[in-house]
Amino acid sequence: MKKKVAEFDIEYYQFLDETGKPLSDDLPDFATDVELLTDMYRRMVLYRAFDKKAVVLQRTGKMGTYAPTMGQEAIGTGFGLLLEKEDVYVPYYRDYPAMFCHGVKLEEIYHYWGGDERGCDYQGPKEDFPISVPIATQCLHAAGIATAIKLRKQKRMVAVSIGEGGTSEGEFYEAVNVAGAWQLPLVFFINNNQWAISVPASAQTGAETFAQKGLASGLPCIQVDGNDILAVHHVSKLAFERARRGEGATVIEALTYRLCDHTTADDATRYRDTDEYNDSWKREPISRLRNYLVSLNAWNEEREIALEKEVNQEVEAAVERYLTVTPEPVEKMFEHLYETLPEAYENQVELAKIFGGKAHG
Amino acid sequence: MAEITLVEAITLALAHEMKQDKDVVVLGEDIGANGGVFRATDGLLETYGPERVLDTPLAEAMIAGLSIGMAAQGMKPVAEFQFEGFIYPAMNQICNHAARIRNRTRGRLSCPAVFRAPWGGGIHAPEHHSDSPEALFAHTPGLRVVIPSSPARAYGLLLASIRDPDPVIFFEPKRIYRLVKQNVEDNGEALPLDRAFVLSEGDDLTLVTWGALVHECSAIVNAYHKQGVNIELIDLATISPIDFDTIAESVAKTGRCVIVQEAPQTCSVGSEIAACLAEQCLTDLEAPVVRVSGYDTVMPFLKLEKSYLPSVDRIKASIDEVLEYA
Repeated sequence: MKKKVAEFDIEYYQFLDETGKPLSDDLPDFATDVELLTDMYRRMVLYRAFDKKAVVLQRTGKMGTYAPTMGQEAIGTGFGLLLEKEDVYVPYYRDYPAMFCHGVKLEEIYHYWGGDERGCDYQGPKEDFPISVPIATQCLHAAGIATAIKLRKQKRMVAVSIGEGGTSEGEFYEAVNVAGAWQLPLVFFINNNQWAISVPASAQTGAETFAQKGLASGLPCIQVDGNDILAVHHVSKLAFERARRGEGATVIEALTYRLCDHTTADDATRYRDTDEYNDSWKREPISRLRNYLVSLNAWNEEREIALEKEVNQEVEAAVERYLTVTPEPVEKMFEHLYETLPEAYENQVELAKIFGGKAHG
Repeated sequence: MAEITLVEAITLALAHEMKQDKDVVVLGEDIGANGGVFRATDGLLETYGPERVLDTPLAEAMIAGLSIGMAAQGMKPVAEFQFEGFIYPAMNQICNHAARIRNRTRGRLSCPAVFRAPWGGGIHAPEHHSDSPEALFAHTPGLRVVIPSSPARAYGLLLASIRDPDPVIFFEPKRIYRLVKQNVEDNGEALPLDRAFVLSEGDDLTLVTWGALVHECSAIVNAYHKQGVNIELIDLATISPIDFDTIAESVAKTGRCVIVQEAPQTCSVGSEIAACLAEQCLTDLEAPVVRVSGYDTVMPFLKLEKSYLPSVDRIKASIDEVLEYA
């Protein structure tokens, strides 16, 4: 005997073509919500200006190594705006847009890459995790937070992001697995920007999609055009509602392209085809939404110029706040190591105060 | 008050803390209906239900990662790893995250979790079931490492570990899980962390050890006492941070020190104690400090297990050597 015991499919969502033209009349309700769409647009422009400035700060010696997010703005902005204040966001290191949407301040990310732990002490979203550098580990933290939320019967949810390369890690699979087994209020976003440093997405998996990595855990899995913010927002809404209803987790793969080096320490021209890179600019998310807004008569040149000025001022103000902060005193290395520093540390604190205070002039 | 074993004291402490603090949740593999492979969580599922006693999928990094997320939400997860040899996949989570989350967020988030695991050799278990990896965790700032050596100290130190606001690696010497019984009152009184316990006082030599070897060392101390040699026996109990003051105070009196441990010798906790003695107590010392350790080999399979672990004869030989040094 032979019979089919399980069946799967992966749906792909896209509403706007590369030029911002609707692919059909079947658009989500919010597709005419001009206020929401202009807010999305304003944010994406701001976040790109933030990102470009970060690279400049690094290049001019004012910041450490930085991982840019150019090209991926629609993903984090698309779902970040759906996070409620009491939800928890657990980011990977290239998803500042969602962090900002949830209340992280621009200068906090500058502080982080500028080498100051205070950049992780978010004044806004107090429960959000800081950027996770060890790949995929954040997925398990998100699952743990979602477990606490579920055990306490709260109505909140958790979102977590990861790159497509990160999904090769065991800890991603472990997180997706437990999210399925325990029906956790959790949404996974795989930012498939096609490149994990120098390794292309095609070398990470033999599967047709990264979304389907959640199928084996019993989770619904969706693929979306990550450069189409309408589509990202729509599928995120479906997944968030499902999580809030207590029906469990979802895996969303958002297709995009890393329009930047991996970090400021990387040179993507060593391994990436220039034509591919140039061609990818045609699909980038910001001009796509702008074109769509123009087609709704919700945007024009005048507003564009005003917005540019506004975001530059906002970024410059954040840079100023970043640059005027002086380093913490050396004993801060010890202050938050434990809630109360064990007595065994006394000598080291004294030593650091004597010799560490002037280490950097 | 009943006479109970070390593993029963673990269960008693878990039950006590689960009763008085609803944020305490235990999680791990086979800890529910099965009560854990050593029965450390026996009966907890019946009393506290599946929302406080979580049988997890089989993935150690996941157990640690979940605990970190839960702890950041203010829960107090007590995670069980089935054996210390299976904790290695969780080291990424424990060392990169549990140990650092308070510091890197400048106190905004913290990790009040306990990571428990049966630890050490001597029960004729299969390979990967008998390691002593305490130094790996003692070398990681931000963690505490605790190893009890008796039912009473297991009860009191586990209570303290659960109540501690920072992550604690709690290694349980599996060889003595059921070796001795002791009267343990379920009074909820914790024992201090970061403190060594002086188990017997003496002027002739300081013997420092922890875990199951405390029992061999106690018997050795008694034997020497009958010959008129008085050994001060210190149970380190908290492996990190080390209570070096207690050791230094003792060595100031005895001038001689032997450290006994199951772990491989190189870069071990015993090495750290010896280095501190050399740095801070040189003028007190009347003889070289000697470490009696497991060998710097892979923990052998069960047939050679006893040859690996420090034996009574090997410990005595080192004590004699240090006592006779002029």
